[in-house]
Amino acid sequence: MNVIRRKRKLASGVYEFLIESPQIVKYSQPGQFVILKLHEKAERIPITIAGKEGDCFRAVVRAVGKSTYELCLAKEGDQIMDVVGPLGRPSEIDLYGNVMLVGGGVGIATLLPIAEALKERGNKLYVVLGGRSKEYVIMLEEFSKLADELIVTTDDGSFGIKGVVTDGMQLFFEKVKIDVSWAVGPTIMMKFCCLKAKEYGVKIWVSLNPIMVDGTGMCGACRVTVDGKIKFACVDGPEFEGSRVDWDELLKRLAQYKKEEEESFKLFAERVGDLSWL
Amino acid sequence: MAVKPSPRKTPMREQHPKERIGNFFEVPYGYNEEEAVAEANRCLQCPTKPCVSGCPVEIDIPKFIRKIKERNFAEAARILKMYNNLPAICGRVCPQETQCEAKCVVGKIPNSEPVAIGRLERFAADWEAEHYVESKIDVAPAKHKRVAVVGSGPAGLTAAADLAKRGYEVHIFETLHKPGGVLVYGIPEFRLPKSIVEREVNYIRSLSVRIFLNMPVGKAVPVKDLLQEYHAIFIGVGAGTPKFMGIDGTNLNGVYSANEFLTRVNLMKAYLFPEYDTPVRKGKKVIVVGGGNVAMDAARSALRLGAESVTVVYRRTEQEMPARREEYLHAVEEGIRFYWLTQPIKYVGNEKGEVVGVECISMMLGEPDESGRRRPIPIEDSRFILEADTVIEAIGTEANRFLLSQFNGLKLNKYGYIVVDESTCATSMKKVFAGGDIVTGAATVIEAMGAGKRAAEWIDKFLSGEYDPWK
Repeated sequence: MNVIRRKRKLASGVYEFLIESPQIVKYSQPGQFVILKLHEKAERIPITIAGKEGDCFRAVVRAVGKSTYELCLAKEGDQIMDVVGPLGRPSEIDLYGNVMLVGGGVGIATLLPIAEALKERGNKLYVVLGGRSKEYVIMLEEFSKLADELIVTTDDGSFGIKGVVTDGMQLFFEKVKIDVSWAVGPTIMMKFCCLKAKEYGVKIWVSLNPIMVDGTGMCGACRVTVDGKIKFACVDGPEFEGSRVDWDELLKRLAQYKKEEEESFKLFAERVGDLSWL
Repeated sequence: MAVKPSPRKTPMREQHPKERIGNFFEVPYGYNEEEAVAEANRCLQCPTKPCVSGCPVEIDIPKFIRKIKERNFAEAARILKMYNNLPAICGRVCPQETQCEAKCVVGKIPNSEPVAIGRLERFAADWEAEHYVESKIDVAPAKHKRVAVVGSGPAGLTAAADLAKRGYEVHIFETLHKPGGVLVYGIPEFRLPKSIVEREVNYIRSLSVRIFLNMPVGKAVPVKDLLQEYHAIFIGVGAGTPKFMGIDGTNLNGVYSANEFLTRVNLMKAYLFPEYDTPVRKGKKVIVVGGGNVAMDAARSALRLGAESVTVVYRRTEQEMPARREEYLHAVEEGIRFYWLTQPIKYVGNEKGEVVGVECISMMLGEPDESGRRRPIPIEDSRFILEADTVIEAIGTEANRFLLSQFNGLKLNKYGYIVVDESTCATSMKKVFAGGDIVTGAATVIEAMGAGKRAAEWIDKFLSGEYDPWK
């Protein structure tokens, strides 16, 4: 149980893991997440399920702080102390017609099972994938097979269009009538995707990743304001209709433990040494 | 010769307030053997045993106290465990003053205090553990029937232990990574050390109860599988969803639910950050909203994290506050300030989205409301602002929607709690029983245990064909 069966580097500081958990494989649906706790003293980290393979589920992780660096340092064969899931509500998969899917950074991995389920249901997929540079546009091959049309954007123009994902969205909106859309990526990206979708009056689902502790509705750490009401991302989400989310508040809440995160990471880096190779 | 008990309880030694506000170690040290015997000698051994009627699990209190008098501590512990599977926990966190001790005859004597039943219970349980004596508990022959218990809090653990003693195969499903429910995430170390919870959970495991962690029923374990694979199900998931007042600024950084704050501190050991990875805000000026035990726990934890000042604001007065007297007095000793008749109406934030103050309004008490307590009424033009960098709302919890939505056909009341037959704990769904906070709303550990015990008795009757609540 909970053994890392395969680990693969997808980009600098971005790793894909296959973690053994028959129960998560059996019961999880697109859009759901797990919580990992590496060891006795570790935090509980929520991570979206990015697909399944045999008895394992796939998780894609970018090293940003102590806990995610520590996870990215884990090796094949290592066991994760606690894995709980699937958690959260699954995506609303239906036959919508033309669906636009926007993924940024490791959010691309979250988007993959949603894309597969939507495709299976018979939707046409218009996919925009974005990253800092070519290297960070992960899972390109999978999406190339799934997408009816695919646009890639990179900040530095090293691949696809030089620009951001909303530029890609714009191109699709001008060309086809989109019935519904999804955006998964950094919070700030999702905020701008929602503004873009609003311009065209298209409903957009987003998958939020606020600070979370238990993940089962017990603590309220992950609360977000949706339509002026308090919602818990762990049980009411993680997907919400993006036009209703109070993005500025969410962005501020994400910065809540910045100081502690820096302190924790500094101590960790002193202990493990150079991490630039990761 | 007539026994003349001393009027006062034998005092329990405890950490000095000045010292204890700097650590998370347990506050009271507990009785030693001499103190315990001295206290046990205050018991009159009334043949009518009024104390027993005050105990939700009906421990034969005079009997275990007599064994302490006789210095047969192991036997005292064994007697306790026949009734109570978690004596070291109950001895620490039960509201004895309103239960067993409230009925004690010694306490009825003018100027006299009741026998310290809770402290004696704690003593016997700790003595047993320290002396590595393990009570021989009679377990009935295997009945080859399986019971699933959802939730490993006080209700679930008690139901599981009692069913195991009756010969059932019991599996507990717990969503968190540690068993104990509120005992591990909610109650702070200085009031209930987690090693004590672990010890009593291990005792329950020793009765052949299996505990599956990280298993959210309804998500990782489908309800229909449970219904198929088990002969009966007990739901004891508590009422874990935090309530918020919903006033402006609730989502500012630094505003916590007591559940989040306490979960970070207790379950995730944030007080040991950065040795442990989970952080918690170490506020300088902390405001806690509420007047119950959870508010006291949150306030005292914040103080131990290094706050310069911790202020509890409560909309009624000291007389109406639901916290245990002992917890309140401990809080006062430690220097926590109280603003009575005060209600927050808005949190004030800065441009970074951090809380910097709490706008409050003064209240007065009007006529009694449905709770029987006098209703607080806002006083016009009485607004004022308290400075704060951390606010903890401890105003109660409600039913967790997460699991119950998965049990199709389970009848809930208008508050979202499970409707049961009070005497049998049977729900509207065949084979499914429930008890604890998910039935009653937030209550005490021992009340949840009482429900677990009652449920175990009726599950046994149901499974042995003696009684069927659904016929």
